[in-house]
Amino acid sequence: MAHAAPVVLDSGAVSPPSVEAPLVLEHPHPSIGIDNRKLLMWAFLASDCMFFGTLIATYMVYKNRSLDGPLPREIFDVPYTSVSAFVLLLSSLTMVLALASIQRGEERKMRIWLSTTALLGCVFLGGQFYEFTTFYKDGLTLSRNLFGSTFFTLTGFHGTHVAIGVFWLLSLVTHSLRGRLHQEHSLFVEIAGLYWHFVDIVWILIFTLVYLIPD
Amino acid sequence: MAVVTAPIEHGGMVVAPPTIVAPAYRGLWSWFTTVDHKRIGILYGVSAGTFFVIGGIEALVIRLQLWVPNNTLVTAETFNSLFTMHALTMIFLAIMPLSAAFFNFIIPLQIGARDVAFPRLNAFSYWAFILGGILLNVSFLLGGAPDAGWFAYANLTSRQFSPGPGLDFYILGLQVLGVASLAAALNFFVTILNMRAPGLSFMRMPIFCWMSLITMVLLLLAFPSITVGLILLMFDRFFDTNFYSVAHGGDPVLWQHLFWVFGHPEVYILILPGMGVISEVIPVFSRKPLFGYAVMVYSGIAIAMLSFGVWAHHMFAVGLGPLADAVFASTTMLIAVPTGVKIFNWIGTMWRGSVSFKTPMLFAVGFIAMFIIGGVTGIMHASPPADLIQTDTYFIVAHIHYVLIGGSMMALFAGIYYWFPKMSGRMLNETLGQWNFWTFFIFFNVTFMPMHWTGLLGMPRRVYTYGPELGVTGLNQVSTIGAMGLGFSVLIFVVNLFLSLRSGEPAPDDPWDGATLEWSIPSPPPAYNFARIPMVHSRDAWWAMKHPERMHLDPIEVTPLAGGPAHPTERPHEVVATEVAAAPPIIHMPSPSYFPLLAAAGLGLMAVGLLLADAVGPGVIPIFAITGLIVLFGSIYGWSFEAA
Repeated sequence: MAHAAPVVLDSGAVSPPSVEAPLVLEHPHPSIGIDNRKLLMWAFLASDCMFFGTLIATYMVYKNRSLDGPLPREIFDVPYTSVSAFVLLLSSLTMVLALASIQRGEERKMRIWLSTTALLGCVFLGGQFYEFTTFYKDGLTLSRNLFGSTFFTLTGFHGTHVAIGVFWLLSLVTHSLRGRLHQEHSLFVEIAGLYWHFVDIVWILIFTLVYLIPD
Repeated sequence: MAVVTAPIEHGGMVVAPPTIVAPAYRGLWSWFTTVDHKRIGILYGVSAGTFFVIGGIEALVIRLQLWVPNNTLVTAETFNSLFTMHALTMIFLAIMPLSAAFFNFIIPLQIGARDVAFPRLNAFSYWAFILGGILLNVSFLLGGAPDAGWFAYANLTSRQFSPGPGLDFYILGLQVLGVASLAAALNFFVTILNMRAPGLSFMRMPIFCWMSLITMVLLLLAFPSITVGLILLMFDRFFDTNFYSVAHGGDPVLWQHLFWVFGHPEVYILILPGMGVISEVIPVFSRKPLFGYAVMVYSGIAIAMLSFGVWAHHMFAVGLGPLADAVFASTTMLIAVPTGVKIFNWIGTMWRGSVSFKTPMLFAVGFIAMFIIGGVTGIMHASPPADLIQTDTYFIVAHIHYVLIGGSMMALFAGIYYWFPKMSGRMLNETLGQWNFWTFFIFFNVTFMPMHWTGLLGMPRRVYTYGPELGVTGLNQVSTIGAMGLGFSVLIFVVNLFLSLRSGEPAPDDPWDGATLEWSIPSPPPAYNFARIPMVHSRDAWWAMKHPERMHLDPIEVTPLAGGPAHPTERPHEVVATEVAAAPPIIHMPSPSYFPLLAAAGLGLMAVGLLLADAVGPGVIPIFAITGLIVLFGSIYGWSFEAA
């Protein structure tokens, strides 16, 4: 076989030949045609599905099993939460527009849409913060009853996901402002978008199962 | 950076060498910053071996305590910690990371890649694993180890019934290990799917890669369940929630569901890599291709799918009702079908082969025999009426050790003997290897075979002593003698390891006349693995390259490649070599990074905050959590933008 013994040389002893030649020995991945980083995000989201699935299942199992109040129907303000759910859904639209912009090379537009998405995410988080404080004033705490424990755990972890997403979007905006995010890097926006849409979809489930079917 | 050049000999003359830019490894620090999958594999192997010895010593103390009835060698409390830590150590810190050592070292070599898809994430997995191992074990020194069993059933785990810090270490240790496993699973899932050499289609993949891929899917989908279970437990213990508290309407059985929805797939996470290893070893030492390759793959997938539908067979004694019991009994028995298919295929591979019983093969055949015994007792307690008699007795202890030692560990030993030459460049001593196997095999059975009777005679597991009237003293003494023998056998292995590393026979590139691509490169492999990425035209790619003339006799999945050589038997490297002559290429390997280690330290900070909460007050939790998060995400951010 023709694998010859490689010669190891000390640092700097030999300068590599000119690098104009195409990298014919470079590994020809990805084998299944999806970029590694994108595939990683898909696999992570599959795992995250199980994570939220388990949290939602826990909520459903403990539904109507609280020994004392406050109970969901006493404190939920469905119209209020509908507005904040709508805001989060709207942010999926602006995320799509951000990706479309960078794919067309319109970096300024992308920054506007990304910032709008982050802003909508912040509005949602602000709404959640207000909701949590209201519930707290009504006597619902993490340890008050099973409803409080399951509700705050489930929506709290969702909120944490949204917050991470907001930081991510803002870091993309920063990179773009520094001139490091161009049309050929649209994949980075796409991957952040995958995550963002997933977080939105989870909220649709939570909103339906927790708020709209309260008993 | 060192510049490594590998000249290519082609037709007697040296043609344009590829220039390989690879990190120069020097000193101890280079091990802390390495991102090379082979070095990380070695780190995993050495760490897992160390934890295996620690877990083994715990087992020996347990066996000494059970030497005579009413023994007082250790207290009941210490005994509880010992069996809890023995299980946690062996499962999470020995078998899983030993499999990870092979994932790391072998998978990229078998699929013809230069590294894994995410080298820094890979290093992060390792350091997070080490952190988790430290968190679990340091508990011995800091106020008491976990003592509620590895399954930690609620509500024994509440602050009220377990006031000490042991279960806090349990929660945090397992959460950190979960992060390590998730990161590794994501990495190898992408690596196996995306980094395959040209032509290496799914049905040409070495079976070890297939079983690893299935294991990754199990890790990704099973771990979230215990993550949530542990979060709820953590909230119960730290923030006064009532998830598992009956007094507040909570249900302790919820923990059992969350734990076993993870716990049963975990069993296959432990055994599938081992099955992959022996599916590599048996064909090579039988001089035959694997019998029923496709069915082996499908059986592995079937086992993985079924493994999500059987968890409640761990909970028959809870009283879930006849319907649930019947359903879970049926699905459990169903798993025996694909498992049986695999066993017949291994036997079919050996059938009429020219079998050579070198040490790897001995361990592989030992696996089949022991795994059949463990599997058969498994089917016995798949039946709820039988299980109600056997559950929580030594019969179950015998069963799990037949599948986890006789199964997983023997397969991993086979893997060590098989791949050690590739990893180290030295052969393991064959005589000591034979001694290692036969002492291991005999003393394993001496230890665990009597436990079937100990259990059926009624000795409960996890109880620190027993009375003489139970009539199991003799059986227990046989088990203890066997356990000492097992310790002796592991000692032989350790001696063999050190002797062979110092003065073992130098390993040739292809010592077993193997069939897969890792044997096509030098032992140990250079930093860049493959000077030229191989082209794959059939299953058993390296065998086809060595024996192109034979492949047409048995055309397994041989198809011409689009854009590749028209004839499948054409030697691929020559094709590439001519390309090389036209354009001298450059191979760039990722450079070392301290960010993965730093990221794991960030995780550690978050854990320390929770552990300090008891002593200092709950105020430290957010401080440490936020600092830890900043360090963790800052490091990931840092490595994302580091120069490759």
